[in-house]
Amino acid sequence: MTQAVNLPPHVKETDLAGLYKQMWLIRYFEEKVDEFFAKGMIHGTTHLSVGQEASAVGAIAVLEEEDKITSTHRGHGHCIAKGAEVNPMMAELFGRTTGYCKGKGGSMHIADVASGNLGANGIVGGGFAIAAGAALTSQMKRAGYVVLCFFGDGASNEGSFHEAINLASIWKLPVVFICENNQYGMSGPVKDMTNIENIADRAESYGIPGKVVDGNDVFDVMNGVGEAVERARNGEGPSLIEAKTYRWKGHSKSDAKKYRTREEETEWRQKDPIERFRLILVNEGLLSEEDAENIRLEAKKEVEESVEFAINSPEPTLDDLMEDIFA
Amino acid sequence: MRELTYLEAVREAMSQEMRENDDVFILGEDIGVYGGAFGVTRGMIEEFGPERIRNTPISEAAISGAAVGAALTGMRPILELQFSDFITIAMDNMVNQAAKIRYMYGGKGKVPMVLRTPAGSGTGAAAQHSQSLEAWMAHVPGLKVVQPSTAYDAKGLLKAAIDDDNPVIFYEHKLCYRTKSDVPEEPYSIPLGKADVKRQGTDVTIVATAIMVHKSLEAAAELEKQGISVEVIDPRTLVPLDEETIIESVKKTSRLVVVHEAVKRGGFGGEIASMIAESEAFDYLDAPIKRLGGKSVPIPYNPELEKSAVPGVEDIIAAVKETVNRQ
Repeated sequence: MTQAVNLPPHVKETDLAGLYKQMWLIRYFEEKVDEFFAKGMIHGTTHLSVGQEASAVGAIAVLEEEDKITSTHRGHGHCIAKGAEVNPMMAELFGRTTGYCKGKGGSMHIADVASGNLGANGIVGGGFAIAAGAALTSQMKRAGYVVLCFFGDGASNEGSFHEAINLASIWKLPVVFICENNQYGMSGPVKDMTNIENIADRAESYGIPGKVVDGNDVFDVMNGVGEAVERARNGEGPSLIEAKTYRWKGHSKSDAKKYRTREEETEWRQKDPIERFRLILVNEGLLSEEDAENIRLEAKKEVEESVEFAINSPEPTLDDLMEDIFA
Repeated sequence: MRELTYLEAVREAMSQEMRENDDVFILGEDIGVYGGAFGVTRGMIEEFGPERIRNTPISEAAISGAAVGAALTGMRPILELQFSDFITIAMDNMVNQAAKIRYMYGGKGKVPMVLRTPAGSGTGAAAQHSQSLEAWMAHVPGLKVVQPSTAYDAKGLLKAAIDDDNPVIFYEHKLCYRTKSDVPEEPYSIPLGKADVKRQGTDVTIVATAIMVHKSLEAAAELEKQGISVEVIDPRTLVPLDEETIIESVKKTSRLVVVHEAVKRGGFGGEIASMIAESEAFDYLDAPIKRLGGKSVPIPYNPELEKSAVPGVEDIIAAVKETVNRQ
């Protein structure tokens, strides 16, 4: 057994096939959304996380079911990794009543509070303090759950980043802040927007651990986040993890990606997190080539079926417009 | 019945709710041993301890967001902001998060929080500590807005606000804090959306909020001596607004003067005037509706200038006379 398959204590080898499938579900979901967006069948805007599958899946793999997440505007992957089903997700993007938010939230606001997904967020940095507050509930109710707060490299320059991490650190809240550094905040390269090598280095200012992991290596993400989650669960407070990864697609649909080169894109595509995971699983004898292929096809089929489900789902009626404003 | 000050009534409502329900807690700057900027929470830390009377760093963005996150996960936080002006720093969490979460999530999830905050001028604190920004919050779908004027109302409305499953902004006018009224010892609730007729009259209706209720009552007493019978209505909550009570009063008196301290331009008085203009009460009007509000100027420091920036008793008397004398 190699270093690569050193698993955090509560992730079992038998879980790995499921994680592999989640990564393909995310990949196919995003590609399908891209396709139907181009066809004009999904409106609004959407932010795809192709290339970032390992950070979503690896980070959430170490959580227990009762743990919670907050997500970002690029949140489809986090939702799937937290156990969201692709049918209501796709239906939400099509604006249908069977969607997670009855067609009222759309891509940027998919949430399922009951299953611990406290919501994607259209405001950059909007999730930091909400995650701290959810962790405060855990602490005050002695509920034992941990909150994982996803954010991007761009959000680390928002004031809410500093305020919320400071708050979480002084109160030792059970929250893990995980930066998916995909190298760009919209068109802004992280090196032009941040005068430090690693965003994780900012942890020092708040007296909490900071760690950089390879965001394209699901095992490295699991181990890094796993340690941080254990620490949080033991009442030792928050951590800051930075997963270095890459956004294959543009920021959103209107993005011609003029701010980066083909060479750079090709280089990162060669670090495809799914292929990397597959090679390890197969080489270590944890999954046969055949099973891996079947899992991929299964995921593809599920996503294709989700489009059918969405298209065949009802549109909201105009009576629904004024529902759900107040509880 | 015993008398309490407005400030004591607010404190009593919170203490009674906290004894009743473990999910209720308070967070805010200096609310612990110091007792809050105006002394509202004084003594509460002795009874409830630092976990539930939770002193925070000076981080309005973080503490407002933490309140949202805690509310979303099952607590009922009361957030005290030292001055209502600082809502500008908490604006993202109130406007983009708290107000919209329920709707964006298709009705799954709720945010039962109260943001309490001292508003208004009259203390010599000048432009950044004296504003009345309630119209901003009333403009946002998904927020409820409360403005009690008396100790009795403050206690009953605060209980209703804490029991409400939605985000509520609770404005406490600083000059109301020392006013007194009869306040029952036992808990009671005043429903949000129910105006109070503070004084019956037949010649003209004044709709006034917060400290302007007191000034209007003073004006009404003086006008009575001059043979003018004034009805004074305090809506108490701007959202939801008790339109019916105001419409019925205007149908009775045929004249309307709206008075608030907030800057007249874009103020909530315009909303009340428009509501009447669009209602069946319009046909009953014998004079144009008169609006009194603050001048379009930052609140100045000099006491005489400060006083003249907002409506006074004499201004209200003049406005009523102008309305009544109009043929």
